[in-house]
Amino acid sequence: MARYIGKEMSRVDGVAKVTGRAKYAAEFRAPNLAYGFIVLGTMAKGRIREIDTREAERAPGVVRVFTHLNAPKLGPKASTEYAPPRNTREQDKSFRALQSDRIYFNMQPVALVVAETYEQARYAARLVRVSYDTERHTTDTEAVRGSARAPSQGSPPKPRGNPEAAMKAAPVRVEAEYRIPVEHHNSMEPHAAVAAWEGDKLTIFDKTQDVYGVRAHLATSFGVPEENVQVVSPYVGGAFGASLRPNYYPALTAMAARELKRPIKVVYTRTQMFTGHGYRPYTIQKIALGAEASGKLTAMIHQAVHNTSAFEEFNDNTTGFTRQVYACPNLLAPTMIVATDLPTPTWMRAPGAVSGMFALECAMDELAYALKIDPLELRLINYAETDPESGRPWSSKALRECYRLGAEKFGWKDRKFEPRSMRDGRLLVGWGTATGVWGAFQRPAIARITLRPDGTAHVTSATSDIGPGTYTVMTMIAAEYLGLEIERVKFELGDTKFPRAPAQGGSQTTSSVGSAVHGAALAVGAKLLTLANQDASSPLKGATASDVEMLDGRLRLKSDPSKSVSVAGVMRLNNLSEVTETFESRPSPERQKYATMAHGAQFVEVKVDPDIGHVRVTRAIEVTACGKIINPKASHSQEIGGVVWGIGMALQEATEIDHRYGRIMNPNLQHYHVPVNADVHEVETLFVEEDDKVVNPLGVKGMGELGMVGIPAAIANAVFHATGKRVRELPITPDKLL
Amino acid sequence: MRPFKYVRASDAAAAARAVAANPRAKFLGGGTNILDLMKEDVERPNELVDVTRLKLSEIKAASGGVSIGALAKNSDTANHPLIRRNYPLLTQAIVAGASGQLRNMATNGGNLLQRTRCQYFYDTAMPCNKREPGTGCGALEGLNRIHAIFGWSDKCVATYPGDMANALYALDAVVRVRGASGRERAIPVGEFHRLPGDTPQQDSNLAHGELITAIDLPKSNFAKNSYYLKVRDRASYAFALVSVAAALELERGRVKQARVVLGSVAHKPWRSLEAEAALVGGPASEESFRRAAEAALAGAKPLAHNGYKVELGKRAVVRALMRASRLA
Ligand SMILES: Cc1cc2nc3c(=O)[nH]c(=O)nc-3n(C[C@H](O)[C@H](O)[C@H](O)COP(=O)(O)OP(=O)(O)OC[C@H]3O[C@@H](n4cnc5c(N)ncnc54)[C@H](O)[C@@H]3O)c2cc1C
Ligand code: SF4
Repeated sequence: MARYIGKEMSRVDGVAKVTGRAKYAAEFRAPNLAYGFIVLGTMAKGRIREIDTREAERAPGVVRVFTHLNAPKLGPKASTEYAPPRNTREQDKSFRALQSDRIYFNMQPVALVVAETYEQARYAARLVRVSYDTERHTTDTEAVRGSARAPSQGSPPKPRGNPEAAMKAAPVRVEAEYRIPVEHHNSMEPHAAVAAWEGDKLTIFDKTQDVYGVRAHLATSFGVPEENVQVVSPYVGGAFGASLRPNYYPALTAMAARELKRPIKVVYTRTQMFTGHGYRPYTIQKIALGAEASGKLTAMIHQAVHNTSAFEEFNDNTTGFTRQVYACPNLLAPTMIVATDLPTPTWMRAPGAVSGMFALECAMDELAYALKIDPLELRLINYAETDPESGRPWSSKALRECYRLGAEKFGWKDRKFEPRSMRDGRLLVGWGTATGVWGAFQRPAIARITLRPDGTAHVTSATSDIGPGTYTVMTMIAAEYLGLEIERVKFELGDTKFPRAPAQGGSQTTSSVGSAVHGAALAVGAKLLTLANQDASSPLKGATASDVEMLDGRLRLKSDPSKSVSVAGVMRLNNLSEVTETFESRPSPERQKYATMAHGAQFVEVKVDPDIGHVRVTRAIEVTACGKIINPKASHSQEIGGVVWGIGMALQEATEIDHRYGRIMNPNLQHYHVPVNADVHEVETLFVEEDDKVVNPLGVKGMGELGMVGIPAAIANAVFHATGKRVRELPITPDKLL
Repeated sequence: MRPFKYVRASDAAAAARAVAANPRAKFLGGGTNILDLMKEDVERPNELVDVTRLKLSEIKAASGGVSIGALAKNSDTANHPLIRRNYPLLTQAIVAGASGQLRNMATNGGNLLQRTRCQYFYDTAMPCNKREPGTGCGALEGLNRIHAIFGWSDKCVATYPGDMANALYALDAVVRVRGASGRERAIPVGEFHRLPGDTPQQDSNLAHGELITAIDLPKSNFAKNSYYLKVRDRASYAFALVSVAAALELERGRVKQARVVLGSVAHKPWRSLEAEAALVGGPASEESFRRAAEAALAGAKPLAHNGYKVELGKRAVVRALMRASRLA
């Protein structure tokens, strides 16, 4: 019987967070610290003609003003997990500040003012005068969609079967175009770095999902060995993908610190966050579905075009999951990209998936209405029993049970099919459903455990915790397999002095790092067994590592717990003050034989005020199947967060660009809307646990992204059911429903 | 922000004098608007005269109505028993705005003078005649979904974004102000804000250095049948796309007196005398409200992205009147 795994556990870092003891990047201090404030440009494309910093330099407290004229050139960028080179000769092309007079996008950094205080730097930043030679820009994806092309990385996905012919022959067809605006992550914590050099050694406190990625990036940028760079990021106040790649500010901060030979702090303002990292790209999706009268899909053509920057490719893989959701013999699902004079987009929670599934799942709803088949029934008719893409069996797939349970909890059977047929007084009631999908990814990761004779353990791995509860879940896993009370285990992350872990992205941390922690704990047990059995009188003689387990300071036979040795005793006998084991977990080759995915079903009720177009999501039931749930408390919190974000994406979020200037016009939280408490009503999240021995030893799949994937489509479908109006362009604001 | 001088006024006269003496000085109320704008470099006063310690925060019965101190907090005003009982429209309008924390800081005087939420006004890299006269209006042919459909000029299409003033207008409130010379004026709320014309930099008809001291509400017959409706992009903590302050005096099912004021459709709270005329003498019925709504929006001149405000405005007027008359 597990002591911790599968049980509700409050966050081990919760008290530190609510009492302010948890330190975020911008809160670190260093002696003689100076403050940098970024100056943003005011046009979208061209060159800096002249930059006058004299007045700023004369302002009180100013130490130096860096521009492209005096900033040293940075070395080539390293390729990191989230910035892979497209071929061996090519460097990462992501944007770096102050490297030339070129302007690639509006609100690009053009100077860094460093002063003794933050306010002095901010004030002087207003005194920097810049003039430009402007060139014609394009920021409107609609205007250039005609020149979209396939991403150059990877070969374009092959069509399955003969999609065009099958579409022509299909007895029932629907075809529509869907749009998603640019959206920004808007984590609460602004991005920040505090950099300090000692000779050729750099210590940097950064807000990042990937300390090793930032380390590689800075080492090559400054031409120093990786060991010389320590990246520290113990707490992250939300990132959602905005800190997967090294953004431009860590190198900018480290550059200033190196030049000035003193520690520098740079913190983005909310406005600077809108071009200081990537965003969910503007995405246009054309989708056609062909089916038999029975509802069976015969053809799917799903074509996405989204923007990227003019200097770098980004591929959101919008249509990637379309290939694996429904059984359909004929399919074409390319994602194309088109250059715009904006920053490069990046991964944003449920990247590609939530965009692609918005279009696909709305189109499925449209098809259900064309066929006059219940939308949930249509999904069951096309249930993919095996992976339609590879033909492989699923390692596990409890989606059918998700549909069933969700429908039952929601009361789906009472749904009236016709739009506008359900009411609550003056309000129109709509019920919508959609499917959610995400991968069950795993990457190599290393964890280290030190067990001491006093029964405490120190566990480390350089992952991060951007909010999902990584500190807690790793502590639980270590405590479980070391057989210790949870209070005796301390887990640390977010520091390159710890063993390497992959970036926290793609919902793969528990599967990757959790497997490493699990493996390290077992390795500690194995080590103790070897040591114990050096003693001829050991009661564990003849046992192998898989025969034993640890519990409350004893190493014992699983089959006969009365046969045991004291862990502290073994260490004492061997004169050891600790036992340390490092373990690298890797995805097992077994996975290759299967398709591994996480699934979910969402059921949403909206109430729409038909007069003033106001939509309220009054009820959301989300059932997900993502393997084993290690900490139900944090897991529910993840999925609830996913639902809330889905509400935001469906109803509120949009980054607005004035294409005349190529400039974002709502880079702040007064104009960029995200849900507030009053927008969130009943949200219920349920799990259908899967016993999956294939994905990894813990049996966990990804769940952080999964929680939001189907929600925007479910809401849009519910709005259609309520109003009879199909809004295909997010967000669904009141003006679109009049 | 830019360096500025901070002065704490000892009395109203001194406060008015201090601001009048320096063309770049401004009053500081709760600071919830002006400090934000200073951080964004939109407002650039070199002197702030803090008036929050002045004894102008009383809310008291006066000549049949109520007098509200200019420095009373929005929260205290909304929750005052006299206001709740006799002017529920005002309570509704205030609590429809901002958030609890902001309303605890915000003063009534500062609320009246809150500035537009036009995105171009907030971005110093963009043209904006209100922020920098002569630079052009960024919104006129730019993003103008939240902008005016009434009374705009080609110099400025911004709206007055506030909620409280719409209710005050419907309740025939009068703003009391005091100049540096000691001269006092009483300005009806409807004449307090102005249309942009050629000088959008000026939001109100207040002279520089004039201090708002109180807002007077006359005795009102609207307490039984009034409603403040705010339509916005999310359920709370957002400015109105369109709002309506509706107030009716009913006598045996017929409208004796009516007020219809729309918010966030013009550079000032927008009262529709046409709608009111259409209502008075008629029955309190949905049909009659529809006619009033048509009349209210008849003269609207929408821009490229805010055409929806015309239809939304009509529906909002009907809904607000339905609620006010308790038909919905
Ligand atoms: C996030 C946010 C959301 C908001 N949402 C809403 C909303 O939905 N609806 C809404 O109506 N409002 C909203 N507001 C605006 C809010 O109501 C105003 O900021 C507030 O009422 C201003 O009051 P204050 O005392 O803080 O004014 P201050 O910021 O101190 O001053 C504002 C202006 O008034 C002048 N002033 C202040 N007092 C006097 C006086 N006695 N005499 C003469 N001049 C004076 C100042 O010089 C300044 O120019 C919101 C504000 C924020 C920050
Ligand atoms: S509408 Fe008014 S505030 Fe907005 S840009 Fe134009 S002039 Fe400025």
